[in-house]
Amino acid sequence: MRSGVIAQKVGMSRVFTDAGDHVPVTVLKIDGCQVVAHKTQDKNGYMALQLGIGRAKVKNVGKAERERFARAEVEPKLKLAEFPVVEDTFLPVGAEITADHFVPGQFVDVTGTTLGKGFAGPMKRWNFGGLRATHGVSLSHRSHGSTGGRQDPGKTFKNKKMAGHMGVDRVTTLNLRVVQTDVERGLVLVEGAVPGAAGGWIFIRDAVKKALPKDVPMPGKFRVKDAVVAAESNQEG
Amino acid sequence: MDIIATIEAEQIVRLAKEIPPFAPGDTVIVNVKVKEGERSRVQAYEGVCIARGGAGINESFTVRKISYGEGVERVFPVFSPNIESIKVVRRGKVRRAKLYYLRDRRGKSARIAEKQETVAERTARVEAKTAKKAKEKAAKLAAGK
Repeated sequence: MRSGVIAQKVGMSRVFTDAGDHVPVTVLKIDGCQVVAHKTQDKNGYMALQLGIGRAKVKNVGKAERERFARAEVEPKLKLAEFPVVEDTFLPVGAEITADHFVPGQFVDVTGTTLGKGFAGPMKRWNFGGLRATHGVSLSHRSHGSTGGRQDPGKTFKNKKMAGHMGVDRVTTLNLRVVQTDVERGLVLVEGAVPGAAGGWIFIRDAVKKALPKDVPMPGKFRVKDAVVAAESNQEG
Repeated sequence: MDIIATIEAEQIVRLAKEIPPFAPGDTVIVNVKVKEGERSRVQAYEGVCIARGGAGINESFTVRKISYGEGVERVFPVFSPNIESIKVVRRGKVRRAKLYYLRDRRGKSARIAEKQETVAERTARVEAKTAKKAKEKAAKLAAGK
C-alpha cells in the first residue's frame, strides 16, 4: 500500500490525444509535498506517513509545531495529512514526493471538500420532486411533503432528509484515470472532475478498487533535499 | 501566465495545426478524419461558418450546410486532431459574429454576399504570397547547396 499525496487543485482543461479524442482533465499540483513524520506501530499503534504541503508563514505556526517541523528539517507546512502505509512503503522523513509517483493510465481515488451551497432546500439537496404547481398547492411548491407517520411512530425518524446545509463535505471520487504527469512543474492531470474549488487541497491515492499497474514506483517516487533519488525497492507490485 | 494557460499554450504548439484565418460568413471545407472499423479516411464537409466560439484550445466553430433539403450543423473544435485540414472557399460579407438568423431562412434569402477585397488587402495578399514564394526558393537553394 503506497502512500497518497496531498495536491492543490488548479482547475480544469482539456487534452487532445493522438488517437483523436479529447479528454476533460483536472489539473492537480504537487508542489513541495514532503514527509513530515512517521507514525509507527511501536509508538502510535498504527502505521502512517504524515505529509505536508504549502508554505506556512513561520509567525503563524505555533511554537510546538515549529519545533516538530525543525526536527524533521522541513519548511513549515500549510496543510498536513496522514496516509496509511505498510512497512515496506515508508518514505524517509523530508522526502519530497514528485508527480511521477503516479503513472499515466493508472487509476486514483481523489478526495476533496465540495463547494458550499449554503442552506439548500430538499429539491436541490436530496433531489426531491417538490409539490405540484397547481391543484390547490399554495406557497410550498419546492417543499418536501410529509416527514413521518401519525400517532405511531409518533416522531420523525432521525436522518430524515430535509432542507439544510449542503456542500463543504469531504467527498471521495473513485477511479479517476491519470492522463499525464509533469515532474518539473509537479502536475498530475486526472480525467474528469475533482470535488472542490480551485486552490483547494486534494488527496490523491492509488485506487482501492482497481489493480495497481506493474510499472508504478515502489514505495514511491521522491527527491530528498536537492539530490533526486529514485527509490525503487527490491520488490515490485 | 497561470498553469492552465501555459499547458494549453504548449498543447497548441504540440498539435501544430495550420488554421487559415476565417470568420463567420465564410464558406469552408473541413476535411474530417472518419474512422470506419480499422480503416480511417477523410471526409469533406463543406458549408458556411456561422459562428466561432471559445478561446485558446477550447475554440470551436460551427459549420452549417443544407444536406438533401435538411439543414445540418456541425460544431468542430478548432484544434481537434480529427480535423485533417480546413480550407476557405469563399469569404462572405456579414455584419454580425453569429449568423443564427440563417436557420430561419431558405434558398435565396439564405445567401451571403461575397466580400470584396479592398486594394490594400489585395496588395497585402499578393505581397505575402510573393514573399512566401521567395522564401521557399531561398530555402530550396540553401538545401541544394
